[in-house]
This record gives sequence, structure tokens and C-alpha cells, in this order.
Amino acid sequence: MRPSRFNDGTTLIVPAVLLLALVFVVPLIWFFVRTLAGIGTFPEILSHVWSVVTSKAVITAMRTTNWISLIVTLLVLLISYPVAYYLANNRGWRFTLVLFCIIVPYFTSIIVRTYSWMVLLGRNGLVNQVLMQLGLIHQPLTMLYTEVGVLIGMVYVLLPYMVLTLFAAMKAIDPSLMRAAQGLGAGPLYAFARVYFPLSIHGVVSGSLIVFILSIGFFITPALMGGPSDVMIAMLIERSVEITFDFSSAAIMSLLLLFVTLVLYSIYYRLTDVRRMMGA
Amino acid sequence: MGAYVPRRVLSICIVAVCAVLMMPIVIVLILAFGDQSYMRFPPSAYSLRWFALFFGDPRWQHALWVSLLIATVACVIATVFGFFAAYAFVRSDMRGKKLMLSFMLLPIIIPNVITAIAMYFMAAPLKLVGNVFWIGLCHATIALPIVLLILLSSLQGVDVNLERAALSLGSSRIGVFTRVIVPLAFPGILSAAMFAFLASFDELVISLFLAGVRSETLPVRIWNSLHLQIEPVIAAVSAFLIALTGLVLLLDALARFVRVTRLSRRTA
Repeated sequence: MRPSRFNDGTTLIVPAVLLLALVFVVPLIWFFVRTLAGIGTFPEILSHVWSVVTSKAVITAMRTTNWISLIVTLLVLLISYPVAYYLANNRGWRFTLVLFCIIVPYFTSIIVRTYSWMVLLGRNGLVNQVLMQLGLIHQPLTMLYTEVGVLIGMVYVLLPYMVLTLFAAMKAIDPSLMRAAQGLGAGPLYAFARVYFPLSIHGVVSGSLIVFILSIGFFITPALMGGPSDVMIAMLIERSVEITFDFSSAAIMSLLLLFVTLVLYSIYYRLTDVRRMMGA
Repeated sequence: MGAYVPRRVLSICIVAVCAVLMMPIVIVLILAFGDQSYMRFPPSAYSLRWFALFFGDPRWQHALWVSLLIATVACVIATVFGFFAAYAFVRSDMRGKKLMLSFMLLPIIIPNVITAIAMYFMAAPLKLVGNVFWIGLCHATIALPIVLLILLSSLQGVDVNLERAALSLGSSRIGVFTRVIVPLAFPGILSAAMFAFLASFDELVISLFLAGVRSETLPVRIWNSLHLQIEPVIAAVSAFLIALTGLVLLLDALARFVRVTRLSRRTA
């Protein structure tokens, strides 16, 4: 007997959909419609959009955002790959210990993690102290309130997303394939490059996408650790509301950022099983 | 073996990465017990004065209670609604499931600055800025995706035949939920609820816009302090937040353990 449509549980999705519609979707649409309509007639809206999108501040912020997000994604990938490989190929206490070191920062409040790096990277911070004691530098380096600080902070916050995504992809790789390649005469590095890496490329792509998506919308870490010239688009949006109360410019920049985010997310959606997002 | 050298190099890299990952957490914990008013490491003496300040200052206490209240509201709503939605995803054969799920995950994909400003824009004319219940509701949208992701995998482990059996033996629909599904999925529900609570408790950007002056949460107070002058009490507050995270992770590990032993007992 086929259960009726009402009884198979589909209706149970309604409360969650209503919650998202009322508290999430409606405010977003209301915000965009109201602020844009408040500008004036249609040609006036267009010219305002044009002036915001082509303004020096927005172009610079977009360039900074892209640049920082790209570097962050590459760095995160570079560091995460060996960690995920290690996780996928080890068991027992080694596995548990490394996973612990990924999971604890992952679930620690972003503001706490950012604060800690502010203390570490300050002029008299631990990093400078250690470098000076090792004799590597003679003057304390300025890292906080520079691009370097932003990069360190963002890489730190986003690393777990990449590790967990890569780990899930690598877990699915049959280890006997590597043994087969080596048994047929391939060196370990050759076997890695021709067998293991191509099989993990799926994780590399979806991990990079999710990190890049989260990077371009990043706000807390760059706002606290960046200097005056490291303004990312999310900070510019916040400032135009907080400082100049210019909601219409904020809305236009938000639409721009939202558009890019949704395009990237739709690519991610096609490539990945969304149920595995965030390494769940 | 040729693989020996790369393996050695890999191990050293892993140790280094893990050390760097844990360093900020450990440093904050040590600083919180330091006895000086400037951030010097290592501290020259240790004391509990920053914890005393945190738990003694009425403004920090107020922030703590506001955070707890908001997180409780968000946790209850996100867990209940998320549980029902996850059940619908697992059991129903509706079309467009994947699209629906990716829609429900949007709150953690869309930059939270945009969401926060839009929520503020709507809440301000309705006089909802600073309303603890409303902030909890807004946080629930951020917590919902987390609950969904956890419960989807948890509910997949509940055998649909057990539900059919209960139904055929005369149980009502509600009875199936309260007597079969919820008990079987309970460890997962508990994990989901705790991470939902944590997501709200640590949330900053939405709170920043919606808190107003009367409902500042702990993260908002930390943010304000980091913007002006870094007070040493921040280390103690941070240590408190880290301890809460540690507690949630510990309980989650326990819940997973229960789930695994239960499964093995069932198959045995």
C-alpha cells in the first residue's frame, strides 16, 4: 500500500520553511526592494547602482576581497591537504589526536579565535618574542593591522572546513589502488600524483569552493585584524550602514556580493552532496 | 622503503600544524589565569582575578544572561523545527529534495553581514531591536542548517521498519514519534541541540545589529572591547566560551559513543 501524500511526512518540513521565510527570506527581499525603491524612479535607480558599483571604494574593496580570498583559499588548501591525507590514512590515537586539534578550534567562537591571534601577533606578542629570541629578527615585525594579520586569521578560521571536506573525499579512496600502482612499479610520489591526487580532486574543488565562498563574505576577522587599506566588501557594507547610514549603497553592494555567492554556491551544489557540507 | 622519508616529513608537518591550531586556544586559557593588566606572555604570576571580574561585573553578567536566553530560544526552535524537517527529508519521497535542502542551508552560506543588516532593517521599524525573543528567532535560522546536517545522518540510522511495525501494532502517528523515533534518534537530537545552542551563543554579527543597547551578548561585548582597548578580562570571558565549547564536544563524543554501542548491541 502506498502511503498517502499527507502521511509520508512531507508536511513536517513546513515549520522550518515558514521560519526561514519569515525571519530570513522576507527581511532580505524587503531590504533590497525597500532601499532600491527609495532611491527614486527606475533611471535614477540605475544611475545610482552604476555610481556605486563603479566607485573607487567598491572597486578597491572588490579587488582586495578577491585577492585575499584567493590567497586564503590557496594557503588553506596547501596546509589542509597533508592533514586530511594523514587523517584518512591513520587510525587509533593518532587519528583522534589530529581530529581533536581540528575540531576544537572549529567549534570555538570566531571572536575568541580572532582575539587570540590579535594577542599573538601584536608588537610584543608571542610570535615576535619567539622570533626575536631565535635571532631571526631584531625589530618586532608589524603583523597585526596588516594584510599578513588578516591572512593568518582567516586561514586559521577556515582551515577546518577544508580539512573536513578533503578528509571525506579521501576516505572514499580505496587504499588498495595505491598499493596496486606501487606493485606495478610506480614510485610512491608517482603513484600519488597519478592515482591518489586525481581521485581526491573532487574534494579539492568542493573544499576550495566552500572556503572561497566563506572568504568573500568574511567580516569579523578582517575588521579586527586588518589595517585601513585592507577593506573587504563585507566591511564596506557594514560601514556604509554603521557610519553613514547609507542603506541604499549597502543594499547595492550586498546584491553584488550575494550574486557572486549564489553563483558559486550553485556550482558547489552541482558538484557536491550538500548533506556532506561542513564535514557533517 | 621509499615511502619512509616522505612519511617522516608528513608527520613533522602534521605535528607543526596541530601545534599552531591549538596554540591560540591554549594561549587564551593561560592568559585568563594571568595576574597582570597587560597582555604579556607568559604571565609573571597567576590568579583568578579576571574570572572574579567577569563573574562579578553586573554588565558582563547581564551579557551572559542575555546570551543564555537567546541561545535557549534559538536552540529550542532550531532543534524542534530542524528535527521535523530532517524527518521529512529522510522519509518523504517529495521531489526537489536536494534543492530544498540547499535552500535551507543558505543561512550559513549567505554572508552574515548581509543577513544581519536585512534583519535589522526589518526589525527597526517593528521595534524589535533588542528583543531577546526576536534575536533568538533570528539565530534559529543560523542554527537550523547545523541541526539539519546532524539529524539527517542520525535519522538515516533509524530503521523505517520499526516505525511500520509500531503503526501496524496500533500506535498512533504521534506515538510513533514519541515512543519510537525520538528515543532512537535521541543521541543525535541531543548533539544537534547542543551545537545549535553553541552556534547561537557564539554568534556575533546578527547580534551586533539586533542587540541594541539593552541586549548585548557576550560576543558583542568582546567585539566592542576589542575595538576600543583590549581589556584583560576578555581572556577570562574567552576561556569561559572555550570551556563551553569543550563541554559540548565532550557531551557530543559521549552521545556518539552511546549511539555506536547501541547499534552494536542491536546487531549483536
